[in-house]
Amino acid sequence: MKNKSKAFKQSFTTYALVLAFYLVCEIWLKTGNMSSLMEGLLVPLCYYMILAVSLNIVVGISGELSLGHAGFMCVGAFTGAIFAVTAGAEMPEYLELFIAIILGAAVSAVFGFLIGIPVLRLRGDYLAIVTLAFGEIIKNVINTIYLGVDVEGMHITMKDALSLNLGEGGKTIIKGAQGITGLPRNANFTIGIILVFISLFIVLNLINSRQGRAIMAIRDNRIAAESIGLSVSKYKMMAFVISAALAGVAGVLYAHNLATLQATPKNFGYNMSIMILVFVVLGGIGNIKGSLIAAVILTILPEKLRFLSDYRMLIYAVVLIAMMLFNSAPKAVAFRERLVESISRKNKKEAKEEA
Amino acid sequence: MKKFMCLTMTAAIVAMSLAACGSSTESADTETTAAAAEGADTEASEAAEGDAASSDAVFVIGGTGPLTGSTAIYGNAVKNGGQIAVDEINAAGGINGYQVKWIFEDDEADTEKAVNAYNTLKDQGLQMFVGTTTSGSCLAVVPETENDNMFQITPSGTTAEITAADNVYRMCFSDPAQGTKSAEYIGQNGLATKIGVIYDSSDTYSSGIYENFAAEAANQGLEIVGAEAFTADSKTDFRTQLQKLKDAGAELVFLPFYYTEASLVLQQADEMGWAPMFFGCDGMDGILTLEGFDTSLAEGLMLLTPFSADAEDELTQNFVAKYQEDYGEVPNQFAADAYDCLYVIKAAAEEAGITPDMSVSDMCEALKPVMTQIEIDGLTGQGIKFTEDGEPNKAPKAVVIENGAYKSME
Amino acid sequence: MSSFITYLINGISLGSVYAIIALGYTMVYGIAKMLNFAHGDIIMVGGFTTYYIASVMGMPSAVGVLGAVVVCTALGVIIERIAYKPLREASSLSVLITAIGVSYFLQNAALIVFGADTKSFKSVIDIPSLSLMGGTVTVSGETMVTILSCIIILIGLTAFINKTKTGQAMLAVSEDKGAATLMGINVNRTIAVTFAIGSALAAVAGVLLCSSYPTLSSTTGAMPGIKAFVAAVFGGIGSIPGAMIGGIVLGIIENLSKAYISSQLSDAIVFAVLIIVLLVKPTGLMGKKIQEKV
Repeated sequence: MKNKSKAFKQSFTTYALVLAFYLVCEIWLKTGNMSSLMEGLLVPLCYYMILAVSLNIVVGISGELSLGHAGFMCVGAFTGAIFAVTAGAEMPEYLELFIAIILGAAVSAVFGFLIGIPVLRLRGDYLAIVTLAFGEIIKNVINTIYLGVDVEGMHITMKDALSLNLGEGGKTIIKGAQGITGLPRNANFTIGIILVFISLFIVLNLINSRQGRAIMAIRDNRIAAESIGLSVSKYKMMAFVISAALAGVAGVLYAHNLATLQATPKNFGYNMSIMILVFVVLGGIGNIKGSLIAAVILTILPEKLRFLSDYRMLIYAVVLIAMMLFNSAPKAVAFRERLVESISRKNKKEAKEEA
Repeated sequence: MKKFMCLTMTAAIVAMSLAACGSSTESADTETTAAAAEGADTEASEAAEGDAASSDAVFVIGGTGPLTGSTAIYGNAVKNGGQIAVDEINAAGGINGYQVKWIFEDDEADTEKAVNAYNTLKDQGLQMFVGTTTSGSCLAVVPETENDNMFQITPSGTTAEITAADNVYRMCFSDPAQGTKSAEYIGQNGLATKIGVIYDSSDTYSSGIYENFAAEAANQGLEIVGAEAFTADSKTDFRTQLQKLKDAGAELVFLPFYYTEASLVLQQADEMGWAPMFFGCDGMDGILTLEGFDTSLAEGLMLLTPFSADAEDELTQNFVAKYQEDYGEVPNQFAADAYDCLYVIKAAAEEAGITPDMSVSDMCEALKPVMTQIEIDGLTGQGIKFTEDGEPNKAPKAVVIENGAYKSME
Repeated sequence: MSSFITYLINGISLGSVYAIIALGYTMVYGIAKMLNFAHGDIIMVGGFTTYYIASVMGMPSAVGVLGAVVVCTALGVIIERIAYKPLREASSLSVLITAIGVSYFLQNAALIVFGADTKSFKSVIDIPSLSLMGGTVTVSGETMVTILSCIIILIGLTAFINKTKTGQAMLAVSEDKGAATLMGINVNRTIAVTFAIGSALAAVAGVLLCSSYPTLSSTTGAMPGIKAFVAAVFGGIGSIPGAMIGGIVLGIIENLSKAYISSQLSDAIVFAVLIIVLLVKPTGLMGKKIQEKV
């Protein structure tokens, strides 16, 4: 019972944090004091939060290192975008976005499942490299796809736009590396935050559920978990698919925030996957609240360090290394504990003296 | 330990929000040049509503481009080229008597970062936008400028759709212009009939030109015997692509991409002992000044370019000398395009008689009608005029490299 | 037929470079049990060092190569000392993230120090190319030197590990760190030596890579680094002959798929083959099966 209330308290503070963040931003926005930069960052903040939380399911809860998270985001983004410029083009904007999100999540989940079948048979560094490989394959393949539509229906080719042989009034939807243009930009901060809430709800409930505990048991000791009859592949797959689906949602949001969508090494390559992993690690592996905060800080920080221009990324790298050393090096951890201890002892002493 | 982490993070985020709060005025303050008096910048930051006219006001013109990462050279060229133009304009008394302030932000050639960079410029009081440097990010920023009705001229975004919005103009050639012109040129001059193409399938610029080239090639009676792609992730080894084109019997190889990769293509073809004709686009400009490149390999290379750093005219020579003095390198066409962009703005602004106290939208509305009236003699062409669609009317010039220098083919 | 042989030779040439890089990855992984993501960027530093010594300062190329080896070895040891050593007992994930941080650091430092423009590298190899089969197939001097260096390095490394005391110490550390310490082996020193050797190999790989594909920028090492990492996993990470075979096979696959399947999809195909291999033989071609203990 005590455990349950603790879990509830944890979840509650996480929701409260997001709500507070939303309210602060909204008030700030409504009073007109927000800079254009911050205003433009609101939706990206939402999808980075979702990405960090969803990757935390695989890395933190399931204990597997995935380096291909951006690939699922890519799948979601392209699914959402294709829908937006075809069937969704005539719909009211919120309905369009709603269906796009459902579709993006579903298609990403299917990809997650298909990729999960081979991937989850592997472990550790091998799993990491295979997820990285899948992420790169998805990006590479999408860059070669040309998709067009005319009265006869869909045309698809991997050669070039001319080989689509579109009839009269035909329209090219995906132009290979040039991607999709003319997307509706109907994502906004409120929708983003709602999606963050939904993701949190799914993830936190998963963690506190019977299934979640089973996944964590497998993470902590696979053999022991297997011996008490837990199906390792089933639970691992569950975590992987949910994570992929949520990454797909983030992708749809991404696609609906920019007018154009291209799969480049920058946005859907392994650099992005690593970026999301950094959110998770700096926020604390398995710590959902930490992921949210890390995603927000690490998205805003590089923008705020613009005045350092050339040195911005260099400083970012140094901060990353320093944070890791400070948080994970056994010596640094011991030093910090001593420090905290001496301070608390001092405080106690002072309190005693005062008394 | 987790608690500690949370605490530091929370502290950091609070600090950051506070910093962000003040940023709309602060950032402008710190970046103000000596030319701008106090007060001018706070106005600038609220330029959309700015009304008070002051003789100390400045025009704030900004741009974005990749200053870091693998394409940093292009962003830096635009930044530097723009700076030289602004320095000259300011020294000559500014635009309509007002000084010009040039600001530039890094967009890492990424769509999302480009929007952030544009927003950062807006926070610094951006009034007219020279950007973005790369095509992909340009497509993402155009809806933003359209929404703000911000005057935009891109020095080097080539994708056709960019100028669809009526507030957006272009200084360079578009993909269709280059691809089609290249095919026309090859066909009409009877250079070859069997054409091989190598292009970067992961790049908007390169695949855009290739497509338009392929479409026009059919009309010109050219046969494309092979179209081989490479991607941003594997752009150093072209031996296989070259071998395939060699086997297919290509007489001329069309290379619609940048000179850094093209230098490798030329070296590797030479290594293979294969010497077809090579034909490039404006991205090829710069190959002669590539540090460490053996220029004898580029002999006979043909390209369509609006700018060459060793042109004889005074304007180009002054610009190249100034650029070398300030930045220690020979400018490429990106720098030249950016330079011309600033002079286009100057000409249009003087024609329309705009002043810095106007709102961004009013400025744009005033500039739009005069854009088709102005005529510019720039680095990238003589008597450049703009069409209704926002395209420059300059024609690509074909040059051939002879004895390590460009020679006009006309 | 002659085209096929050309593709094959190009593949082996590219693969040999991958193999040398992969050797560095695999040694560090085998002994320090960490993925040194910054390995690819050390290659880039090696390339730049040679470029500045040989092309800019005009010294003989041999001095350039030597300089690169010295600089990279020092760099590798320094990185290990500052960034990785304090994390020896930390989780593998923290070490990986730190390595990614180091990689970003090197790339961005190079951008500031060397500038953003791409440099054209002057090959350090001055051997005329070889013409085979009546001139239809040419093998460049760079290709021959690359393949030869790869073989020499493999033989040298195997001899070093099996015949020297330090090499045996490495083997012992890779088997069991704790037991090695008890046997009087200085684990920290052994790991430092491993990094030194790995980085020296990276310097050689950098020079060979830049000689074969003469371009140099701050991101030159990134993609070859990842491909070589794939090659190391492909061959069975931790295994020296595995890295060699993995590298060469990967290079051949990449070139043949470019030639006969699709030049756009060659990267996807390389990665797909890796996945298939891992599914059939989850520890890679030459990897050891580790028995799991409860």
